Amino acid sequence: MNKNKRIQIIIDNKKIDCFEKQTILEVAKENLIDIPFLCSHPDLDIKANCRLCMVEIKNRKGLHASCSTKVEEGMEIIIDSPKIKKIREINLELIFAQHHKKDIKHISVFNSHLLDLIKKYKIKTTRFKNRKKKYPIYQFGPSIIFDSSKCIDCNNCIDVCNKQTIGFLEKQKIENFNQVVPSEDENKDCIYCGQCVVHCPSGALMAVENFKNVEKEIENKNKIVVFQFAPSIRTSIGEEFDLPYGSIVTEQLVAGIKELGADRVFDTCVGADFTTIEEANELIEKLENKTTPCLTSCCPAWVKFIEFNYPKFIPHLATTRSPQIILGGLIKTYWAKKENINPKDITVVSIMPCVAKKYEIQRKELEINGLMPVDYVLTTRELAYLFKKHNINLKEISPQKIDNPLGIHSGAGVIYGASGGVVESALRTAYKKITKKELTKIEFEQVRGMEGIKRATIKINGKSVKIAVINGIENAKKILKELKKEPQLYDAVEVMACPGGCIGGGGQPMPIDSEIRKKRADSLYRIDDKKEIRLAHKNPIIKKVYQDFLVSKEMVHSICHTEYSQKKKEVKFK
Amino acid sequence: MHMSKDIITKLTEEKFLGRGGASFPTGLKWKTVKEVKAEKKYIICNASEGEPNVFKDGFIIENYPEEMIQGIKIALETIDNSSAYIYLSKDYYEKFKDSLKELIKDSQISLFKKTGGYLAGEETLICESIEGKLLEPRIKPPFPAQFGLWGCPTLINNVETFYYVAKIAKNQYKKTRFYSVVGDVENKGVYELPESYSILQALKETKNLPDFDFFVQSGGGASGEILLSSELDQQCKGVGSIIVFNRKQTDLFSLMKKWADFFLEENCDKCIPCREGSYRIAEMIKKEKIDKKILDDLFLVLEESSFCALGRGIPLPFRGLITKLLNEQK
Repeated sequence: MNKNKRIQIIIDNKKIDCFEKQTILEVAKENLIDIPFLCSHPDLDIKANCRLCMVEIKNRKGLHASCSTKVEEGMEIIIDSPKIKKIREINLELIFAQHHKKDIKHISVFNSHLLDLIKKYKIKTTRFKNRKKKYPIYQFGPSIIFDSSKCIDCNNCIDVCNKQTIGFLEKQKIENFNQVVPSEDENKDCIYCGQCVVHCPSGALMAVENFKNVEKEIENKNKIVVFQFAPSIRTSIGEEFDLPYGSIVTEQLVAGIKELGADRVFDTCVGADFTTIEEANELIEKLENKTTPCLTSCCPAWVKFIEFNYPKFIPHLATTRSPQIILGGLIKTYWAKKENINPKDITVVSIMPCVAKKYEIQRKELEINGLMPVDYVLTTRELAYLFKKHNINLKEISPQKIDNPLGIHSGAGVIYGASGGVVESALRTAYKKITKKELTKIEFEQVRGMEGIKRATIKINGKSVKIAVINGIENAKKILKELKKEPQLYDAVEVMACPGGCIGGGGQPMPIDSEIRKKRADSLYRIDDKKEIRLAHKNPIIKKVYQDFLVSKEMVHSICHTEYSQKKKEVKFK
Repeated sequence: MHMSKDIITKLTEEKFLGRGGASFPTGLKWKTVKEVKAEKKYIICNASEGEPNVFKDGFIIENYPEEMIQGIKIALETIDNSSAYIYLSKDYYEKFKDSLKELIKDSQISLFKKTGGYLAGEETLICESIEGKLLEPRIKPPFPAQFGLWGCPTLINNVETFYYVAKIAKNQYKKTRFYSVVGDVENKGVYELPESYSILQALKETKNLPDFDFFVQSGGGASGEILLSSELDQQCKGVGSIIVFNRKQTDLFSLMKKWADFFLEENCDKCIPCREGSYRIAEMIKKEKIDKKILDDLFLVLEESSFCALGRGIPLPFRGLITKLLNEQK
């Protein structure tokens, strides 16, 4: 059978061309035909358990789940008969009756696909008593909240957690029901990647919120509140304001944050440029000492994974701090000194595509002079919520330039948001440092794209440097297995825990799927493409800070490097 | 090999239907598994009987294990590159493992102790169970005959089916089946009788026809259909179980409560209508107050939108009991 064979089907009297082997739901989505569903997600295997997407097929008995039924030539599909409507409504009512709406106000209500459907189908109240009233709420570190009373048992979180090979979420039979629970297994721990959050259709899994703390800090007149935002935010947050996927809104974002009352807005991409310099140095050192591989460490979920699951690889993790941490550190040292501000009066707020970043900023070893480099992390979704709450519309706001001196970044800094970006940036700089020459072509297309594992060999000074670029922990595990067998199979390994890298992070707008991730990433590369300065080491502010401030090894170490240690299970409830 | 060619033809000519409850043509199933090209195939004898008051498979394993094993061996000979499992409920495993191991003496057949409850007798769940996975049914198609255990073509037949395969191979099949007769009767037990018998005939022949006002649940101790004494001129469906109830002495709500609790406990919790529907039915029955509108709604989604046959079958006994008996009482 030819996978690309086109066939014709009919949905609600409309003739539609589609591919053989597609499901009815896929074809409907592509043609903007609305069939409700909750449990299906293109990232995951089909489960067909919510039974909302039931349709009728002419000349076939009964109803059929459109997510699990493949199209066939000439198939006639009815999606809205009175019977289908009735069944959908009853099933939706049954789902709603096991979703306990607590009074807590949480941003997750805006990302609840379930509540959207409830509204749309006007399910006001249910005839049933809520059976999950007493179900517990769990918190996973400073990152994730799981309100199991809101869980509709679709299993997406378990599937995605298993896909990450973490297996921290599992089913347990309690009083006649299989319930989703965090694992008590001492060998399984949450890495805070937040993929469960972005794959949850009912808002049961949500990010820990810190926006109220940030609002308070802004109101506090004694505080200088400095915002920074991660590379990937600029091509994702527009979605929250109905802009097309991949819209670049960097300067609108700056204007919006200023409107919230921030004193300064800097760009995490500048932090990324520092990370690039330090990471390139580490790679060079490891190549010289033959102690490769050098594993990237910008992704806190990946770092936690190594510390908990593969501590033997800790010596290979780059000690370079992640971009937000370096920038936060510089804000509270270099910039504070320059502006003559007491660092204690500065609050650094990072806008991150990630919930694990909320965990990262609490790591004690990052302290500089008794202060943490970053005080609060807000997710992309949280910032969008704050904007909406304060009537700031990114669609309409006039753009504003980013502040100096920590605002102007290189093209290398912005591609950190996509899988492959860190390694590409480091190679651009490492090449110069090793060969004393600049690259003639700076794009490393081999390491770009959404594929889970990308391998490349790059010649520098006649020597081969072997690269592996990974997104998704499942793929990282494969590479670690290869490295266990052959320790120097790769020289540089970049890992991002989330699919596609940070553009697919657990703090990003929902919905999320491979198409959306690709559009967000493509736009980051477009920004890089148009930048005059595309190499971290050519960024004037980087040069200046190294010249004026990061003058000693000790200084570089305290601002730009960190350490790791083997971790025991942190998320426990007994 | 010669005999193997014969058996599929014989099964087809006899129009033999599987005895696990779904009555699928056995010859067709065998043919499908035999003809699919694969390096490895599996045969599973389903001995996971788990519905209340159904025990004819246990009776066969106890009394005719040789025939059942002979049937499995014929399947092994018929289907190339195959090996077999006997998939036993926990009780049956404990009870029969020693005697079966002694009889098997064939490395091609091994015993497997079922994980999970009643629903784990569903064909795709058997595969999940043996593979050690979460016990939820798989999406069909593909059917186990094409993509079963470990993704290999898998022939799954019930104990009684394999017993009759052996009989058919030896030309000893006399169009009979096993009936289990229980409840308010004199002569409880399992009987091998003509499959053409009506329930009434089966009760008469086994000297179990009550002389009091009674009703029957036919085809399974939870999912079976409710029939009044005037409705017994029909064949016994499903797994051949006939349960007789003394109408005056039976508390209808406590009977329904047994079914409701069974479905609530035994459903796999995968799909909404079955997980939530069985729970809401159990709640309603517990209160002994039927809300007809709600119940009809629950029955509708169960029958029309459940993932597997268990959910689709839940309304049958309740509907029968409520319309034929409960409403009459009032």
